[in-house]
Amino acid sequence: MSDKLLFDRIDEPGLNTLAVYEARGGYESLRKALLRMTPEDVLKELEASGLRGRGGAGFAMGKKVSFLPHGSIEKYLVCNADESEPGTFKDRELMQKTPHLLLEGLIVASYAAGASRSFIYIRGEYSQQADILDAALHEAREAGYVGENILGSEHSLSLVVHRGAGAYICGEETGLLDSLEGKRGNPRLKPPFPANQGLYQGPTLINNVETLSTVPAIIRMSGAEYAKLGTETSTGTKLVSVSGHVQRPGNYEIELGIPSREIIYDLAGGPPAGRTVKCWFPGGSSAPVLTGDDLDIPYDFDSLAKAGSMLGSGAIIVVDDSTPILDVALKVARFYRHESCGKCTPCREGTNWTVHMLERIDRGEATPMDLEIMASVQDHIIGHCLCVLGDAMAMPIGSMIAKFRDELESHIESRRLTALVPEPESQPQPAGAVA
Amino acid sequence: MSTRGWDVPADLDKDPATIPDPATTPVPEELRREIEAHMALYPDTRSAALPALAAAQRVHGWCSPEAIDQVACVMGVTPAELDAIATFYDMLETEPVGEHSVYVCTNISCSLRGADELHAAIRDAAGDDQTFNVRAFECLGACDIAPMASVDGVYVGPLSVADVPQLLDDIRSGRDVLPDKQLAKRPCADVEANA
Repeated sequence: MSDKLLFDRIDEPGLNTLAVYEARGGYESLRKALLRMTPEDVLKELEASGLRGRGGAGFAMGKKVSFLPHGSIEKYLVCNADESEPGTFKDRELMQKTPHLLLEGLIVASYAAGASRSFIYIRGEYSQQADILDAALHEAREAGYVGENILGSEHSLSLVVHRGAGAYICGEETGLLDSLEGKRGNPRLKPPFPANQGLYQGPTLINNVETLSTVPAIIRMSGAEYAKLGTETSTGTKLVSVSGHVQRPGNYEIELGIPSREIIYDLAGGPPAGRTVKCWFPGGSSAPVLTGDDLDIPYDFDSLAKAGSMLGSGAIIVVDDSTPILDVALKVARFYRHESCGKCTPCREGTNWTVHMLERIDRGEATPMDLEIMASVQDHIIGHCLCVLGDAMAMPIGSMIAKFRDELESHIESRRLTALVPEPESQPQPAGAVA
Repeated sequence: MSTRGWDVPADLDKDPATIPDPATTPVPEELRREIEAHMALYPDTRSAALPALAAAQRVHGWCSPEAIDQVACVMGVTPAELDAIATFYDMLETEPVGEHSVYVCTNISCSLRGADELHAAIRDAAGDDQTFNVRAFECLGACDIAPMASVDGVYVGPLSVADVPQLLDDIRSGRDVLPDKQLAKRPCADVEANA
């Protein structure tokens, strides 16, 4: 027995099948919830657990469920399995290895929310995982866990695994809903929030894969017991995806609140020998970067927010001192430029011009004043769009300008000097590439 | 790179296409059945647009005007509505492409570990072989095996430039791609999880 809640004996052969999952007590939480608890009881346990959403925003899950209207109106539950935040790959491992855990959590959550139709929106790239989910769903349906009057209770639920087709923005909850309705994945104006008007204009609960996969443990051990794990405001365990310049990249289940250094060094092995941590993204590529001086910050929602960053999806990307910060900034900015849906001007134009300005630095055409302009562009994106995609670029880029200004300035200077002596193969950029 | 959108002038004299007439739009029977099965899953049949286009792409190789017309005919929508969707999503191809997709993740975590060199090596080795659809792709959600690629949906990594000839050879000969490097066979990094 390991003390893991989500990753408990995760590589047990056949865990993706119903037989093995049931043999270790799977679907017992569902039985307990549906046969011995009312939806209100389940909701109380979720609220008592203090579980916060594991997709990125960290909103209290119990509260989110409670926002849905009561009564006989048709409600929807949508599982966000789009997992497209760069650096994040935890949901992939969960769905691949223990799909029934997600299904069980989803069915229990649908009971608490009174939802009768549910969808798992999985990114199109995860076709292997979608096949595994489809097979698990087939088994669960045969066993009577999904469908009419589940386990003889009053609760009925339909479930469809819906495959996306490659778009980061569909991880944003309202973009996801539009995509699920068969449209371009453009985010919607909020309010109304999905709890009131979501999928097909109906009340909709949207939860991340890891959030829903945690629900069976909460029902099994009780919300109060779960809340004893972690810190007071960041309860429980969390899957952390560690990648980049570390020796053992991968997913680790940690108790929230342990020092970040323990995750990066003890679990993931730290940067290669002779290298030090230059900066790290604590919660996916949209989180403001922290530096090597911030490694003792406890890894939980509030400590990271206090440090000016965020826990986000729990994806730690480590960059060591061999990489220029400009390269990191360019990668990040180009990604968000590509993924901007183009609906809001600050995001569409801001991501584009940030890339242009960063490229200008690299070509030796920039002056230190460009850093001021770039920083002000970031400020003008944040909070000015329908969704946070633009912010997701502006926050890390802004933090890189603030924390690595010296390096960027010397980069500008050194590139300017080399640009004065053109090498034979370095072609001048076509006019018009930069206005 | 798509040449649609504002890169090519639109023919403004032409009337917009209407919903294709079933009498004049032949649709392969199997494709029709698959699209209709998807439509039946949702309260609003339009939700089936993505799976329907993906199905048509499997049949036609890409979202060709013919493929779009067939989906539009079965779903009862205009081709323009589906065109708008096809051009939005990265995995729907709006130009003819090679049969085997090789998506190389070049996002931050993979690029820190050499993804750009890997992508260039695969592109060079594939050359103008029309079998392959080699693309640099945004984060594929497998940074634990960085740098990596998705070959027709099968994730392989960590890859080095030295793996490239074997990779392409496996695809060409229809073999299982780099079996030792497939993500599906990789145990969890958290050793305590299996303790």
